[in-house]
Amino acid sequence: MATTLTEAPEQAAAPPPQSRRGVAARHRNWLGGAAGWLWLVIVIVPIYWIVITSLKAQSNYYATNPLAPPGEPTLDNYVLVIQSDFARYFLNSVIVTAGAVVPAVTISFMAAFAIVRGGSGGFLRSVNSLFLMGLAIPLQATIIPVYLIIIRLHLYDTLLAMILPSIAFAIPLSVLVLANFIRDVPKELFESMRMDGAGTWTVLWRLAFPLTRPAVVTVTVYNALHIWNGFLLPLILTQDPSKRTLPLALWNFQGEYSVNVPAVLASVVLTTLPILILYAIGRRQLLSGLTAGFSK
Amino acid sequence: MSTFATSVPRGTPPATTRGGRDRSLAWLAAPALIVFVAFGVIPLIGVLLLSFTTWDGIGTIQPSGFASWRAVLTDPGLPHALWVTFLVMALSWGVQTPLSLLLGVFLAGAQRYRGVLAVVYFVPLLLSSAAIAVTYKALLDPNFGLGAGLGIELLSQDWLGESHLALGVVIFVVSWQFIPFHSLIYQGGVRQIPRSMYEAAELDGAGRIRKFFSITLPQLKYTIITSSTLMVVGSLTFFDLIFVLTAGGPGDATRVLALDMYKRGFQGNLMGPASAIAVILVLVGLALALLLRRLGGGGDSASQLDGA
Repeated sequence: MATTLTEAPEQAAAPPPQSRRGVAARHRNWLGGAAGWLWLVIVIVPIYWIVITSLKAQSNYYATNPLAPPGEPTLDNYVLVIQSDFARYFLNSVIVTAGAVVPAVTISFMAAFAIVRGGSGGFLRSVNSLFLMGLAIPLQATIIPVYLIIIRLHLYDTLLAMILPSIAFAIPLSVLVLANFIRDVPKELFESMRMDGAGTWTVLWRLAFPLTRPAVVTVTVYNALHIWNGFLLPLILTQDPSKRTLPLALWNFQGEYSVNVPAVLASVVLTTLPILILYAIGRRQLLSGLTAGFSK
Repeated sequence: MSTFATSVPRGTPPATTRGGRDRSLAWLAAPALIVFVAFGVIPLIGVLLLSFTTWDGIGTIQPSGFASWRAVLTDPGLPHALWVTFLVMALSWGVQTPLSLLLGVFLAGAQRYRGVLAVVYFVPLLLSSAAIAVTYKALLDPNFGLGAGLGIELLSQDWLGESHLALGVVIFVVSWQFIPFHSLIYQGGVRQIPRSMYEAAELDGAGRIRKFFSITLPQLKYTIITSSTLMVVGSLTFFDLIFVLTAGGPGDATRVLALDMYKRGFQGNLMGPASAIAVILVLVGLALALLLRRLGGGGDSASQLDGA
């Protein structure tokens, strides 16, 4: 039962059963079809423009048709971006993302397990309500006190300054999703494992964790994407260029090279490339991860 | 059917929490609770307290009673920021909902190429708002952008330099980024509708449009509410997109509340008034979430606020 339930989001992304094909063929959805293809063009044109322009030499850029592919593709723009300390920003982004996502998912999983398995105790119930409330509040609004706390902790201009609030902001949704999936694990499994004398810690990591792995991956992917793309925390909590993460570096790069459109677009491609590669590898997981729960 | 909206109450009743459970699991929740209190709850209380102080962001914090609130509430900038926030919210909802619904219904169909479309649709959601804003800023530049390069007069306007155009661009870019996501939510919702309902309607001779309005739309009620809640509450947090794209300009044409807070606080060094704006932002977010929860039919939607 647990497996079928936890795989639900993937099924939603899989091709629908045969029986629909006949009906769909008889009644073509012209309006939807037109909108579908039109939207494809709207999505693809800017992306296509980004990629081809990033391969053009700046001197050619103004002379050529902006939608024509480059006559002599060049990687000069990429070299320029990489020489502008790209590796450091990339590393910062990796550290902040991994440093926030791993603890956030771990402690959220522990909390979700406690909330589901901890009985109707008043304490855990209020903890759960507190996290649910956190979902309704635009957490950006708390940025000024977060800034104050970070200064008082002498963490300003460190990577830890971005990691700590990122963990806190990730907790409410992670706990909610993970608790929903832990609830689907049959109680008999927990009970029989208890009978065998397993402690809470063992039950948590040996039973609940493997059985809810799809949900854990989902939550990890979702949080990682948000934190990787985060802009406000690095903007407010750092000043030193050596502590920038990719989105902030991108913004600064545009400020510096605004006239050099091909170089700016090369930086857009480079900051996005890691996610696109992950998308190519784990597309299904990512798609289901981002929509899981909303249309489960 | 089981959006978060319906799946949360399913587990909460005491029926599922019968005996044989550990009574001492509270310690497992402690780490998450501590971090969330330290960087979520305390800042939330802190922002309210700071709104009654004067602070330049560097020096000492001085209590100053209602001075910040008086300054904010008498400033014509506040109703303007509220109005712009409302416009962005309403327009982005009005553009995104019908299109996402249409695309979602279309994507739920059977043809194989629709799966390929869905793969491409999703790419904008992977980009950071900063990357999207940087791209559109370059693309729409009246001198160096796409329109100028193609030599098409209509496309080479000063998109980000004129108030109405800039607001329109913000709405368009928001839609470009998020319509695919909401389409996928609707696609999932449509696939939950039992085939038998359509088959019965076809036997009664219902056409495609009739079926859409009599079956699809009512069956998607909770999906629409979930998607709308995400759009509306999410629209309060378009900070990074607008900050990079227009920085609130031209003038203050796209200066939404979140941006107003940032500019007063971190550029104007007036943390007191900025905190007051933040409190207003929290209140607007809570009010909207509660309102949408009401629309959703009361208590069964405790968690439609997820992802906010």
